[in-house]
Amino acid sequence: MRILRAATVSATVTALAAMASGCGGGTGPGGGGSNDSPRTLTYWASNQGPDVEADKKVLGPELKKFERQTGIKVKLEVIPWPDLLNRILAATTSGQGPDVLNIGNTWSASLQATGALLPWDKGAFDKIGGRDRFVAPALGATGAAGKDPAAVPLYSLTYALYYNKQMFKDAGISRPPTTWDELVAAGKRVSKDGKWGLGAEGGQLANNIHQAFVLGKQHGADFFDAAGKPSFTSDGAVAAVKQYVDFMAKDKIIAPGNAEYGQNQSLRDFATGRTAMVLWQAAATTFAADGMKPTDWGVVPVPVPSGTPGSGRQTNSMLAGINIAVFKNTHNLNGAQKFVKFMTGDAEQKLLNKTYGSIPPVRAAQQDPAFDRQDTRVLRETLTRSAAPLPQVADEAQFETSVGTAIKDLFADAAAGKPVTTGSVKARLAKAEQQMAQ
Amino acid sequence: MRRLPVRLRRAGLPYLLLLPALLLELLVHLVPMVIGVTMSFKELTHLFLGNWGAAPWKALGNYRISVDVNAPVGAALLHSFWVTCVFSVLAVGLCWLLGTAAAVFLQEDFRGRGLLRAVFLTPYALPVYAAVITWAFMFQRDNGLVNHVLHDQLRLTDGRPFWLLGDNSFYALLVVAVWKTWPFAFLVVMAALQNIPRDLYEAAALDGAGRLRQLRRITLPSLRPVNQVLVLVLFLWTFNDFNTPYVLFGKAAPEAADLLSVHIYQASFATWNFGTGSAMSVLLLLFLLVVTAAYLLATSRGRKHADG
Repeated sequence: MRILRAATVSATVTALAAMASGCGGGTGPGGGGSNDSPRTLTYWASNQGPDVEADKKVLGPELKKFERQTGIKVKLEVIPWPDLLNRILAATTSGQGPDVLNIGNTWSASLQATGALLPWDKGAFDKIGGRDRFVAPALGATGAAGKDPAAVPLYSLTYALYYNKQMFKDAGISRPPTTWDELVAAGKRVSKDGKWGLGAEGGQLANNIHQAFVLGKQHGADFFDAAGKPSFTSDGAVAAVKQYVDFMAKDKIIAPGNAEYGQNQSLRDFATGRTAMVLWQAAATTFAADGMKPTDWGVVPVPVPSGTPGSGRQTNSMLAGINIAVFKNTHNLNGAQKFVKFMTGDAEQKLLNKTYGSIPPVRAAQQDPAFDRQDTRVLRETLTRSAAPLPQVADEAQFETSVGTAIKDLFADAAAGKPVTTGSVKARLAKAEQQMAQ
Repeated sequence: MRRLPVRLRRAGLPYLLLLPALLLELLVHLVPMVIGVTMSFKELTHLFLGNWGAAPWKALGNYRISVDVNAPVGAALLHSFWVTCVFSVLAVGLCWLLGTAAAVFLQEDFRGRGLLRAVFLTPYALPVYAAVITWAFMFQRDNGLVNHVLHDQLRLTDGRPFWLLGDNSFYALLVVAVWKTWPFAFLVVMAALQNIPRDLYEAAALDGAGRLRQLRRITLPSLRPVNQVLVLVLFLWTFNDFNTPYVLFGKAAPEAADLLSVHIYQASFATWNFGTGSAMSVLLLLFLLVVTAAYLLATSRGRKHADG
């Protein structure tokens, strides 16, 4: 009997211990970082290159450089995209995570709300050379407005309009479009005999959001009001979503099959000459992988109503990119800040952004000639002049899922030949807004 | 030290030997389940991830949202539940039918039997992601193999139908699920068939029973205990299947193929609303428990009748 009781007791204790460690874990919520282990750092890098091994090859020598400068050894782990957010959430829950990590910049406000990341106040920014080293739009995507940023911009990307030079020539289009009317007109001239004007990824929720967000800006609408409450059904938001879906439904310059694309098939269609235009971020390497020569395509800024990109209603890209953050429970706070300074330094910014095909968010690093090629110049100018961060609200992930799905469903309607009206768009967006309220 | 009485020592030994397994079982299965159930009573959003002990207690709030069928969340969950029920019943039925038929036909000895068996088992041996993503490409409207065969070659359809959008997505999902799971049914029934004594068939043949009669009177009754477990396992797997719909449709499945597991993922975990997601998962668990219990009760009672 005693053994049985002992078994029960020990089992209960184990269970309780496991539960306690499951929900508490690490240092408490109030605890900031410490400097317990000043000689080592753990760095979670996002997968930027073609694969994880390629990233290790790129980052390895740089981390050695950092070790030579500071004597701090950096343990690198490159995490594939589908796992990154889950790993960060798990680390947040357990309190056991890396010292420094990369985050998608659209997650900034959400992760900021979890309290897992060290805020970058003025003192912290001064240690890495001050806020002014970074371009303003990139800083806009580092956390909710009015709060200390949760991260620092590392690699930036913007959208551009890629077009097939030969297909434009064959259709008698002399210059690439700068307004949406011109884009639709050009698209209609191309769209015949199995060829189409524009490519889209109707099944990719995040991409749907990026396009709708920019068109929303151009209609003077935001998907969240100043208080951070969703406002998906404003006239501007409805018009923006309808304009995007109408490229397929009304203008018929997007092939109906694109409604189900979700694995970047639209890029392949572009590279193989099936579509003449595509709106994408830094697509050069993908085109090359599909056998398209850099001389075959041209790149211009995404169209805006006035023809000249700028801020406000002339915004023509969401600001995509990667931020670098310090985990709050780090055991090497000083080392972590030194590492962020190293990674955002001019030399590393030039080298890493050049390698990955992104644009440095650091002003001084943008002067490098590598960011003045035909494609990178457009991306760089868009970044400094006419890009805006996605809404920096804690509910960003919900926004992406609910509105992204609404647009996917609207594309499905358009592809099936069902009418897409202002009413039907509004109904879908109203449903998305209700889902946010749960 | 006082020695324990012999009887007690004997009685305690099995428990002592079971102890490590029991502890591990607690750790691996029960504790996560208890934590999951606890989460379902809390308002656990990303705001409380760092210290989820501090998340506000919501009592039955998450459950109320999930079962309120007049509100959008509950209505969508109910719709998804019906879709999953119909899907599971069809998928399990087809898997069982195909598996049993193939196993019975392959019972005869003929040339190439081993090869056929191996071929039949391939879908089961392929990695899920690779297999399903291949199907996703085959189901594409413009460049997919399915439309190429149905429309371009056989001219069975007027236009090129969408398979991954709209109502057809249900059938696409059903085909992939059955394709992926039926080899398991085949494997299990094949093994069970080996255990039926040959004499029974010989005796039946002497008595003048034809093939069909042998199937009805000997094969199927002998398979009964195996089928009982097989159908249950197939049902649980299909009902809970996450990989197939997720790889086929991505984060947002079309309404016609909105299976519960992906629905719960999308409605809660993808949006960092872990409390609601846990509540929905607990409801799913309860439903499956009830179905399993009812099924076991009904089938074992039936068997006692047949035996007696």
